[in-house]
Parts: sequence; structure tokens; C-alpha cells
Amino acid sequence: MMDMKGGFIKNLPKIYGLYTGGFAVFILIMAIAEQAGVSAKNIGVMFVAFTVLIYAFIGYLSRTIQVDAYYVAGRQVPTVFNGMATAADWMSGASFVALAGGVYFGGYTYMAFLVGWTGGYVLVATLMAPYLRKFGCYTVPDFIGTRYGGNLVRACSVFVLFIASFTYVTAQINATGTIASRALGIPFELGVWVGLISILICSMLGGMRAVTWTQVAQYIVLIIAYLLPVFWISSKVGGGVFPHLMLGDEVARLGELEQQFGLVKNSAADMKAAGVPGGLKYISGTHSGVPEGGMAVWKYLSLAICMMVGTASLPHILMRYFTTPSVRAARKSVAWSLFFIFLLYSSAPMLATLSKLALMDPNLPTGIIGKSISEVQNIEWVKNWSSVKQVFIADFNGDGILQLNEWFMRGDVVVLATPEVAGLPFVISGLVFAGGMAAAMSTADGLVLAISNALSHDIYYKIIDPKADTAKRLLVARVLLVIIGAAGAYIASFRLTSILGSVAWAFDFAMSGLFFPLVLGVWWKRATRAGAIAGIMSGILSGLLYLLWVYPKFSVPIFGGVNTPFLGIDHLRFGLIGAPICLVVMIVVSLMTKEPDAATQKMVDDTRIPTGKAILGKQH
Amino acid sequence: MSNKDAYWAKTKNHMIVTLVLWAFFSLVIFMFGSELNTMSFLGYPLAYYMTAQGSLLAFVVMLFWTANKQEKIDEEHGFSEREED
Repeated sequence: MMDMKGGFIKNLPKIYGLYTGGFAVFILIMAIAEQAGVSAKNIGVMFVAFTVLIYAFIGYLSRTIQVDAYYVAGRQVPTVFNGMATAADWMSGASFVALAGGVYFGGYTYMAFLVGWTGGYVLVATLMAPYLRKFGCYTVPDFIGTRYGGNLVRACSVFVLFIASFTYVTAQINATGTIASRALGIPFELGVWVGLISILICSMLGGMRAVTWTQVAQYIVLIIAYLLPVFWISSKVGGGVFPHLMLGDEVARLGELEQQFGLVKNSAADMKAAGVPGGLKYISGTHSGVPEGGMAVWKYLSLAICMMVGTASLPHILMRYFTTPSVRAARKSVAWSLFFIFLLYSSAPMLATLSKLALMDPNLPTGIIGKSISEVQNIEWVKNWSSVKQVFIADFNGDGILQLNEWFMRGDVVVLATPEVAGLPFVISGLVFAGGMAAAMSTADGLVLAISNALSHDIYYKIIDPKADTAKRLLVARVLLVIIGAAGAYIASFRLTSILGSVAWAFDFAMSGLFFPLVLGVWWKRATRAGAIAGIMSGILSGLLYLLWVYPKFSVPIFGGVNTPFLGIDHLRFGLIGAPICLVVMIVVSLMTKEPDAATQKMVDDTRIPTGKAILGKQH
Repeated sequence: MSNKDAYWAKTKNHMIVTLVLWAFFSLVIFMFGSELNTMSFLGYPLAYYMTAQGSLLAFVVMLFWTANKQEKIDEEHGFSEREED
């Protein structure tokens, strides 16, 4: 059935159309089950179990014993479908669960992430994707290793890929575990391993081919799960049927309410005395206002730059464009990817606005700010989420009335609880769980595969055992996949950092060590092997060192104190140190060494032109 | 200048134009956030609108435009791939 030739590819729209219809029927059945009295908890379990089983089934059908199917899905993924798969690959558990919450609490400043995580695709499309596709590589280090020549430069790029992707994957497995544990009602530590097994079932048998077709299926689930509640809540709280174009008044109203209630900053001592649980936030900044001052502008721009350049350097994204049938398809596919990402990202601020208004506006029946605390504490959803320490009330001034600065909640609650707050049926909350699970799984799949492919192809096959036959190569690839996944889950089970802190780090690592070696590999013929090695290593090491210096949790034990960030470059932005160093070192060392030989120059020339043979053959 | 060089020169120019547009929508306008926010679009303050939706939309449109333009450059120089997607 999943034979990749003609029939299957031609029938993709029909297959995924049926799948989407089937999913809609499943949602309806769940809605009927809810009416018939099935408990909310069981509906959540069924949503997650049903969707995960479907992904596993797709993964099983896509099993393969061919190298190019395993590494690049046979290079037959059509433009639009690759766009959907990339969007799922891209939008992580953090995007799905935490993005709206970030906008909710961070307002305008936080939205630098939105611009950064979309604008980066312009760099992918213009500087990278079409050329890497023409090159015909299996992995990102495969390009660097062949373009610059030699095992050392290949190993250096695998090193950067490993650091960047591994930071990211622990956060994703963490998110998968969190959602699995909440939806299935099991402990977090167990949820992590349940999540890992789901991830491995989707990717182990079919590699990139299986990941591609499950990611398309996961995109469909996650986008329905995100958009349906946003549109529903919007019409329910009077935001209009099309929130993206119609929330102008609501944004203005939030400005008025901020004035009316006052934006108060709590002191750390007060919050500690009241026992506010860690990770919970309150509103202290404006929703749509732009903070004043040059430093605020720089903070916004520097974050956007890091996220954009990081996007264009992340191997698990770049490798999705190796799977298209042609160079022009790779270019178009980037555009489709961003379109599918846009559907979710442009909805996050709308959800944040609606959710904030629902809680803040005293004229709405859902409003809680300004009401008496004893009344608020008796609301069903407040009770539920307080009991798991996701929301918290602290009556600082002791007047028994809930003030804006006395209401605390975790960012995730915006996505997970707003349907409940707005009075939507529980079937929607179950759907949201399934969407979050799809988002976290699809990204984790792509990352685990990116790491294990680089290790199996670039380290094992290209460096250690170039004579290995296909069966042995694929066996090694699969064993590594399981090891990497298990290592990620093991680390995730310790819950070392919050989801977003480490996600931003992955971008900074990737940009420090990979952006310029990739760009210059195509755009500057004079770039040499020595230049690339020096650039990669100086970039990643200076970035890493700066992170250790600037991030208090590291700097206190290592450097014995808290350091003030240089030019406002904090731990979310350390790529701004690594990448420029990488660029300068790479140019200087390249110019000091002999220019690349004629064969290499011809290789670069061929890479720049869409037609003709790929640099690396179909089987390599 | 050979056909390949002419093709690459055009591709390079196109890349620069795209990146200038990209820098405008991702960086330049946000240098003037507070000024922009005094204006409004669809009832939203303008800087808020751009970071929540406007720039994102601009990137999407830009990517389809830039891919089409590059295909034209491919065709002009005979480097267009056979229709296979």
C-alpha cells in the first residue's frame, strides 16, 4: 500500500482527505459520547490513544529497507505535503502549548518570537534549501563534509548538530511526557517513556519516509485542534466569527482594562511569602503597548535575529527539503511550510487576546478580576487547575477582592484551559490534548531522526565503516535512533529546565556553529576546509562559553557570581556572540589558506544550478 | 560572461532584493515600534498588528513571490527542471 511509486503519491490528497474526514467523525463520536455521559478523563484518554495508534499504524506501513527511503523518503514528497510535514516538524509542543501563554504574559516584547520563528524561513528559502536539495545530501553534515572535504570538518558539523538538536529534543520529550501524563492520568516520569515509545514506533521502521507521512497526519490533527477552539471561543465571547481580522476592539478594550485595574509589579518577597508555586506568572506588562527606549528595541530585534538565523541553521528543518522531487519543489515547499505555520502562529496572539479578555472583562460572565476571591475560588475550572498548582490566588492587600496582580497561572493554561473557561464542551479539551501530543511528537521525531541519521550516515558509514552494506547501515541507524531517544527521555525525566529556555538555546547553538559554514559553502567559493573547521569550532565554543558565563545557573558555580549581559545579550541570545565569531574566523582562516581546488570550485558551480546531476549520487 | 555566470548574477540580485524586503519586515519596522503603534490598522495598533500577523503574512507572500521569480530566472537561462512535481 505504501509503495512510493506513482499510485501512492498520486492518491495522497485522497488518502489524507479520508483521514481528515475520519478524524472529524471521531470528534463527533466523542461529542456524542460526552453527551451520553462518558467522563471527561476517558474522553481525553481516547483522543490521545486513538491518534497515537493511527500514527503508529502509518509508521508501520511506511517501513522500508532502502537507504534513500530511510534517509530522504525516496525524494518523492510533493511540495504541499512536504510543507505540512515541515510545519509539524517545526511546531513543537512548546509552540502549541506555550506560545499563546507567552503572548498572554509577555505581550509585544514576547512576539519577537513570532517574527523570528517565521522570518527565518525567508533565509531558508533564499540561502539554503534549494542548494542543499541540488547537492543531493542525506544529512546537513553530509553537505559540509563533501563541500569542504574531509572527515574532520564532517565530524565538527555533527558535533554542532548534536548539541543543538539534543538540547531541543529533551524539551520535546519533556512536553510529550507532560501531555501524556495529563491526558492519560499517569505520573510524569512514566509519561516520558510512553511518549518516547510512541515517537520511536513512528520513526524506527521507516526513517524519514515514516516520519514524513506521520508528520502530515500530525499536522492535520494539530491545526484542527488549535484553530477550532480559537474560532469557537471567539464567537462565544463576542469576538466575531473571524478573530484574526476582528479583534481590534478587544485589543483596545484590554488597554482600557489595564488602565482600570492598574499594572502592578509584585515584589519577590511578597510572592515568596504568599507561597506562589514556581513557574506561575501574572500580568505586569501591557498587551499591545510597545515598551519605550533603545534597549527595549534592541531586545526585540536581537531576539528576532537569533530566532531567524537559528531557524535557517536547524538540521531537522533543513533536511525536510532534501525529500522533495526537485529544486523548484524545494523552494515552493518552503513557501507552503511557512503558510501552514502561519495558520497557527497568527492564531496564537488571537487566542491570548480572547483568553485575557475572558478573564479580565467584568462585563463578561467569565470575568474573574475584580470579583470576590471566595466566589472565584468556587468556580469549577479554578478549583480543578488550582488543585494541580497550575493557577494560584494570593490576596496581597487582604481586601478579599481579586486584583490583576493577585492572579497567577502557568502559561500552558491559556491553551489547555481556555476552552473550559469559555464553557466549551470537554470534547474540545480532549482535542487540544491530542493536538499538543501531535505537535510534541512530530518535532521529537524529526529531531531524533536528524541526530541518529547524522551519527549513522556521517560518523558510522562515512568515517568508521565505508564498506558497510545497506542492511548493516540501516540496522546501525535504527539502533542509534533508539539510543538517542532513550537518552533524551532519560534526561527529560529529570525536568532540568523550563520548556522555552532550552528551545531558544537550540537556535543559538545552531546559528553559532552552522549558519555561516552552510551559507558560505554555497555563496563563497573561496571558503576553505581549514576556514570551515576553525569557524565551526570557534563559533560553537565561544557561544557555549558565553552561555556558561551569562546564565546565572551556570555562572554562579563556574565563575563564582552573576555576570551582567554584554550589550543586553542574555542567555536567549548567545548566538549573537557565536555566529559573528564564526563568520570572522572562517573568512580570515579561509583567506590565509590556499583556495579550494578546481574540483571543489566546480562542485560549488554545479550546486548553484537547478538542472543537471546531483553532486552526491542517489545511493551514497 | 557565460550563461552560468549571468544566471548566478541574476540569482544573486534576486537574493539581495528578497533579503532587503525580509529585513524591512522583520527588523526595520520594529525599530519604530512606538511610532507605528500610534497608527492603527483593522482597529489594531500598527506595531502590534505587524508583530502578531502583518509581518508573518508578508513573509508568506514574499516566499511564493520569490520562488516564482526564481523559476522565471531559471527558464530564461535554460536551467528549468522538467515538470516532475
